Amino acid sequence: MSAAAVRKIIILGLGLALAAASGVSFHKSRRLREPLVAGPSVASVKKLSEYLPALRGTANDENVYVLEGPKPGGTFLVLGGTHPEEPAGRLAAWILAENAEMEAGRVFVVPSANRSATTVTRPGGAYPASYTIPTAWGGQVFRMGDRWSNPLDQWPDPEVYIHYPTRQQLAYMDVRNLNRAWPGRPGGTLTERTTHALVRLIDREKVDVVIDLHEAELQYPVISTIVTHPKGADLAAMVSMVLTDEEFKMGMEKSPAELRGLSHREIGDHTKAIPLLFESPEPFLDATRGRTDARLLLDGRDEFVVKAGKHGLLFEKIDEKGWPIDVRVGRHTSAILQTFDVWTQDHPDRPVIAKNVPKYKEVIARGTGAFLRDPAKADPKSVHYE
Amino acid sequence: MIITVIYYLLIAFVVFLLGWNLIKSRKGQEEVLYVIVLVPFLLRLLRLK
Repeated sequence: MSAAAVRKIIILGLGLALAAASGVSFHKSRRLREPLVAGPSVASVKKLSEYLPALRGTANDENVYVLEGPKPGGTFLVLGGTHPEEPAGRLAAWILAENAEMEAGRVFVVPSANRSATTVTRPGGAYPASYTIPTAWGGQVFRMGDRWSNPLDQWPDPEVYIHYPTRQQLAYMDVRNLNRAWPGRPGGTLTERTTHALVRLIDREKVDVVIDLHEAELQYPVISTIVTHPKGADLAAMVSMVLTDEEFKMGMEKSPAELRGLSHREIGDHTKAIPLLFESPEPFLDATRGRTDARLLLDGRDEFVVKAGKHGLLFEKIDEKGWPIDVRVGRHTSAILQTFDVWTQDHPDRPVIAKNVPKYKEVIARGTGAFLRDPAKADPKSVHYE
Repeated sequence: MIITVIYYLLIAFVVFLLGWNLIKSRKGQEEVLYVIVLVPFLLRLLRLK
């Protein structure tokens, strides 16, 4: 064998070793199992493909937890993980599914609305593959996720994304953005099929209110607020006022009619439900952030974002304490509960009442991990994987 | 779906070209370059990334 052949084999071997090491890492990250212990009011756990068979076998054939109280009432749908890199939304939905004790009404909880997007991360943006929420039983690991569906599940992207059905032209990568794909269509992309399945769920289950949980960078003007379709303005305004008066500052904004594909616009236009979108502050997403890692994701402290605030570049306050995950999760759980309360006051014939879900101050005092249940101690039948 | 299949066929063709150039190359530096470029295409072809 010539020296050149030996050299080629060595170089190729090193390359294949590099590919194997990174491939194993990506494979593990994509298949990291996230246990969710169904809480006392979970009457059933459906698959989203029950509403659209075309989703069966795909990454987005996700779990739908159906929480039911002993008394009839209204119906809510809570979506976490529309954008999985906004973890407070997933965690708040998780806490709801694991802890809520329903007294009246039904709540459908989808903690991984775009499950495909939870299986990919953004190494070029230094995103970590996962993060750990500390608990008394050791900690629960979650996939970090990204804003868009995994390219392994939907690819290639077009030059321009043309939204269905309005034909509005949107940024090409938003073809994989769940919150630009409403109301979706049955024969569309994976992302469009997912939103369409959720629209069918809303119709078939006669959902009254949809809550879509998000986080936003502090340089984005839509932050610490409820975005609502015009038909939910009264509900959102009352929730916003009560939260601001009793717990924390919460704004309210109407969904712009010109911007298509978003849950707070299209669900309102295409179904009978009222869509609300909640935003909490997440410094991890700010372009001016410094070191990007799981610590920043969870404690929300960043000196560069603080400096941007001192220059008046932010739409939300921030100081050296940052925006810890417990604060952000607590905002979402309190906002959900307050929406139940206001809805029930306005619709006494269709109440939605949930107990044992921690509010803002309790999540901050005890930590998010205090409300995550240990799958090792749970009945195996109640453990589901996201 | 058809576009996705075409995309993967293109990826396979690029992997073949890089491998072919690696075999034909006479310069070590070029060979290293071919292998480095090959890695992400290979990971995509194997549906790992």
